[in-house]
Amino acid sequence: MKSLLSGNQAIARGAWEAGCHVATAYPGTPSTEILENIIKYPGIYTEWAVNEKVALEVAAGACFAGARVLTAMKHVGLNVAADPMFTMAYSGISAGFVIVTADDPGMWSSQNEQDNRHYGRHAKIPIIEPSDSNEAKLFTKLGFDISEKFDTPVLLRLTTRLCHSTCLVELGKRKTHKVIGYTKDIRKRLVLPALARLRHVVVEKRLIELARFSETFPFNKIEWGKKTLGVITSGISYQYAKEVFPDASFLKLSFTYPVPEKLIRRFAHQVKKIIIVEEGDPILEREIKAIGIKVTGKAEIPVCGELTQRIVRESFVRKTRARIKPYKVPARPPVLCPGCPHRGVFHIMNKLKLTVSGDIGCYTLGALPPLNAMDTCICMGASITNAHGLEKALGKSFGKKLVAVIGDSTFFHSGITGLVNAVYNKGTLNLFIVDNYTTAMTGHQPHPGTGKLARGEQGKRIPPEEVVKGCGVEFLKIVDPNDLKATEHAIKQALEFDGVAVLIFRRPCALLLKPSPAYRIDPDLCKGCRLCLHIGCPAISLKSPKDREKPLAVIDPTLCFGCGLCAQVCTYNAILAPRKTKKGKK
Amino acid sequence: MKRDAFDIVICGVGGQGIILASNVLCHAAFLEGFDVKKSEVHGMAQRGGSVITHVRIDDKVYSPLIEQGNSDIVLAFEKLEAMRYIHYLKKNGTAIVNDREIQPMSVLTGAASYPTNIKSKLNQHGKIYYVDAKNVALELGNIRTVNIILLGVLSCFLGFKKRSWKTAIRKNVKKKFVDLNLVAFSKGASRLTNTFSIKKEK
Repeated sequence: MKSLLSGNQAIARGAWEAGCHVATAYPGTPSTEILENIIKYPGIYTEWAVNEKVALEVAAGACFAGARVLTAMKHVGLNVAADPMFTMAYSGISAGFVIVTADDPGMWSSQNEQDNRHYGRHAKIPIIEPSDSNEAKLFTKLGFDISEKFDTPVLLRLTTRLCHSTCLVELGKRKTHKVIGYTKDIRKRLVLPALARLRHVVVEKRLIELARFSETFPFNKIEWGKKTLGVITSGISYQYAKEVFPDASFLKLSFTYPVPEKLIRRFAHQVKKIIIVEEGDPILEREIKAIGIKVTGKAEIPVCGELTQRIVRESFVRKTRARIKPYKVPARPPVLCPGCPHRGVFHIMNKLKLTVSGDIGCYTLGALPPLNAMDTCICMGASITNAHGLEKALGKSFGKKLVAVIGDSTFFHSGITGLVNAVYNKGTLNLFIVDNYTTAMTGHQPHPGTGKLARGEQGKRIPPEEVVKGCGVEFLKIVDPNDLKATEHAIKQALEFDGVAVLIFRRPCALLLKPSPAYRIDPDLCKGCRLCLHIGCPAISLKSPKDREKPLAVIDPTLCFGCGLCAQVCTYNAILAPRKTKKGKK
Repeated sequence: MKRDAFDIVICGVGGQGIILASNVLCHAAFLEGFDVKKSEVHGMAQRGGSVITHVRIDDKVYSPLIEQGNSDIVLAFEKLEAMRYIHYLKKNGTAIVNDREIQPMSVLTGAASYPTNIKSKLNQHGKIYYVDAKNVALELGNIRTVNIILLGVLSCFLGFKKRSWKTAIRKNVKKKFVDLNLVAFSKGASRLTNTFSIKKEK
């Protein structure tokens, strides 16, 4: 039976078919739907971990018990999880261990464009790269087998276009495996220096065996075409190259670390010219040049950004059809949704001209006009620690006009350690936790603050305020961010406090609620002052009424969420709440 | 005999239901026995930002992306987004444009202005059909049916069996909205009385 599956759905299916027992992840685009889809299958324990390091370590623990495990994360998530991953390469496995990394070339929803194929070399673990959903499913299954054959975790590397591209996939049945059980083996799992030294030797031996395996891996394969041009490629780049060079000979690599040297040589000897089509860094290119084969790669094709068939063609062929130039039209970057509870906080921070140390989530959009209320954003959790560093370098007076803003899920991910650090080191810190009861940006996954578990069952709820108190914070207030007066008052109080002050702005994500009836603007009262436009709500725009010249503000009732924030900023009371008298009518 | 192949770009504003529409389209193409690939973007780009989805329907598809200047059809959920992505349309291709204006933040704040000449610009690129899907949706009592109404209009150009569309809608839409969306689809499909056969030039 065939079914339409995205790359992420295919990985989930593959994990299920492979008899995976435990799957863990922290949500992050483009990897989120892997665990979201694993949740739909029975027989796999699934867990949204608080961060990627935790996810990988939980998976490693389950692996110690002899369970087949999979952990999934976005590329930068693997940075967080790198520590246990490197040592798991030494420890090895008790049952199949697949680590999925989803890279984001083009930075569709990420802060950098790192190429996680480097991690294979760095951590000395094998990499497999699928090129469509079919292979994503198949390679997930093969990943477990390779992991068990060579006693190593396996890195399954995806990219955005693979994760979020859909194609037809042949479905199979689940093959059940028994959880082997735990047996003590300190030589493998207790990496005291004396024992780890022995393991390193094992790792190096294993790499040689893996290189040998790479030669025979059936999906490292040559597709012979005309021998004037040979294309070496992997992953999604294969699809682009195949469209551009339908007649060329291809060496399609799927097991890309360690590379199959002999196979590459055999291919190279029979083609006149070789080009390497790979997205991101020149990784295959360097490996292949290092074995003394002349190839062309990044000299022609860009390192930055995502590839497309057009880029591949223009890089290597140059002749291309006349391009219709895109029109220059106003950009439409993402915005905070109508009714978003973050809007009020950012509006006040902008009004008070605060320096804002930001973090990763929907609320990063508070950086964009007209809210303009964010100065820095580096990585998950860095809002608190960056702010602490700024204050320590510039002094308390700077610290009092400085705010760290973090979301609830991000706070649990890696904000807590920074908060403990700031309290302990006598920081003057204003921390605003914008608590919308969910991990919003990635599509509403639960976290400890919600108390819900991955499969929807009730877990233990850990309110952020209890954590904050436990960290030794002496100033804490919980505020409704839709109440602008209360928000401004609380912020001013926090700024005056000497020490670490925490405000929790609590209101559920608008996408979790039903909209209230729409507000409207009375054209006779509106002066067209544009004040309401300063909150950056997509539902409010300016329009010139037919009989007047001066444009007035209007609310699109199909977009309005009914939050009433705009009514609070209007100084002419021109924005009216929905009439309540008539039943069911706006 | 080789059947018609279609490259279809669907674009609009995040939150308009573009991904669901493209899922239904892919499913219908799958039921018609085609190979099909779809590519979309999730995450930050979805929060009210500009969104583009590529759907490729053929006997065998490699890349999930459509090349600029190569799309048989552009289905735009919003006029400015139609203009942003019209360069994907092949020469004399077909575009279906929802006659709706959603102002981006730069326009709302006055930093930029919404183009006034969109239709005359678009019309230079091929056969452009404008549909007022918002009003049809409001007649149906649910603004969120805009996506399926537009899909109904698109269906006039593809020659898929009605049954394929119906099944695709049933499989992809939440159960309680299936009936509403089936009506929305047929409303859309009846917006264009003439159907055109568009063949892809290979």
